Amino acid sequence: MVAKQLSVFIENRKGRLGEVLNVLKKNNVNILSLSLADTTEYGLLRLIVNNPELGKELLAKDGFSTMLTDVLIIKITHKAGSLQILLDALATADISIEYMYGLSIEGESASVVVKTSEVEKAIEVLKANGVNTLLNEDLINY
Amino acid sequence: MIWDKKIECMSRDEMSALQSERLVKLVKYVYENTPFYRKKMDEMGVLPNDIKNIEDITKLPFTTKDDLRDNYPFGLFAVPQTDIVRIHASSGTTGKATVVGYTQNDLDVWADCVARCFAMAGVDKNDIIQIAYGYGLFTGGLGAHGGAEKIGATVVPMSTGNSKKLTTMMEDFGVTAIACTPSYLLHISELLAQENKLDAIKLKTAICGAEPWTEKMRNEIEQKLNINAFDIYGLSEVMGPGVACDCIHHKGLHVCEDHFYPEILDSTTFKHKNEGETGELVFTTLTKEGLPLLRYRTKDLTSIDYSTCECGRTSARISRFKGRVDDMLIIRGVNVFPSQVEAALVDVKEISPHYMMVVDRINNLDTLEIQLEVKPEYFADAISGLEKLTQKISHVITQALGLSAKIKIVEPKTLVRSEGKAVHVIDKRKLY
Repeated sequence: MVAKQLSVFIENRKGRLGEVLNVLKKNNVNILSLSLADTTEYGLLRLIVNNPELGKELLAKDGFSTMLTDVLIIKITHKAGSLQILLDALATADISIEYMYGLSIEGESASVVVKTSEVEKAIEVLKANGVNTLLNEDLINY
Repeated sequence: MIWDKKIECMSRDEMSALQSERLVKLVKYVYENTPFYRKKMDEMGVLPNDIKNIEDITKLPFTTKDDLRDNYPFGLFAVPQTDIVRIHASSGTTGKATVVGYTQNDLDVWADCVARCFAMAGVDKNDIIQIAYGYGLFTGGLGAHGGAEKIGATVVPMSTGNSKKLTTMMEDFGVTAIACTPSYLLHISELLAQENKLDAIKLKTAICGAEPWTEKMRNEIEQKLNINAFDIYGLSEVMGPGVACDCIHHKGLHVCEDHFYPEILDSTTFKHKNEGETGELVFTTLTKEGLPLLRYRTKDLTSIDYSTCECGRTSARISRFKGRVDDMLIIRGVNVFPSQVEAALVDVKEISPHYMMVVDRINNLDTLEIQLEVKPEYFADAISGLEKLTQKISHVITQALGLSAKIKIVEPKTLVRSEGKAVHVIDKRKLY
């Protein structure tokens, strides 16, 4: 149950982020969530989209450095402390989290996108805690 | 003060006679002791006996930096290694350094030339001078050091790298003169201002060189520090600092032409330029023993003036430099060729072969930024991965250039692909 994240390298230049979004818009690739990590020189745009493979292909054709990364999308209940329980479980299993960002889903639950060290093991740990991870396809309904 | 009045003020005819005598001797010497020159002269059908006076110099072959590289390390030395007492080295156009060697007599001549230059700048035995060029393989530190000692000044061998210690000692010792690059001196002047030491120091003279600078920079240095600043020139292949220096009238740099014979040539036709016309500066080392060079092409563009200077010296004066024939850059006093960067990056598999060097001067210190494209297949979805890569490249560049550079990763296919001769350098400093 591994989801695909589309990562794009962006130089810190005015309008560059818009250009990425424009490529995706023109081809109807819908963005479900995003995070932008910045340094002084460049940024890393991380996207959860409905069709990551198509997104990668289109952006690569337009000269962007892109890649698909395995991430976990974890649905959690909208309740204080529910995220922490999961993180504790991962930490206990010695799995580290490289980065994480939120994903909005309508309704009762929230979700987070998590990049962990050992993805398969992380899925096992989450399963053992009664949590399923979502796929990109699962998100289309939202 | 004129260090060697007899030589520095001799008539043009006397100088010409001295140069002729020395050239004849030199050509015999290299023909007998440097197989490289014997071969070149044989190929051109020139024998030592064909050289009878200084005008015959045009019959002789040229020497380039590439010749030094091809004969790396000691191939062009004219004496056995036992007679070489010191080695220096500067950047080569590719991986290998340009290596030069000196006999004891060469070092003595060198110190004498530097002494002439420092005397021209008003330095004498009463001065306390900080030598703030790098000591080591670079000729700047030890070269200036030898001349300052010869004059009898009190020498403080600062080298580079610790500006705070430099300003502290400048104040505490009552330093009166400094030798360093002009950009470093501007940096020092700002530090002194910050430390409120400008009124406490006794500095009166600076001898600046190892990089091109402008009249505007000189004015700035002189005003900020309330001193006189002089321009010293040299290159390791010919000797090191002390080949030429300007006097208080600042109307060109007096060449020590009894040791280094200057020619100004058209870089394409190799014809002599007229007095006052700009061309490539070429030097023949008239008295060197360790590494004598015939018509060494400096690739520096300048013009020459043979008139007697207001200071009384009759020696030929070269103008401030007007540029380079090749693409060599001087960054923080270090010679850098784009080809060195190219050679160093060949082994870094993560990046495309395109690169751009951006040279600037920020707060009076030179900066070098190298822009590179990461190949899409090596792109990493983690800042840490990209930072590791830039650190690795930065290390490779520092090793290759002897100079640290900021590595900037840019998007694929964004660096300029030029048709024909690639443009690899943007120099924003406007030094010429």
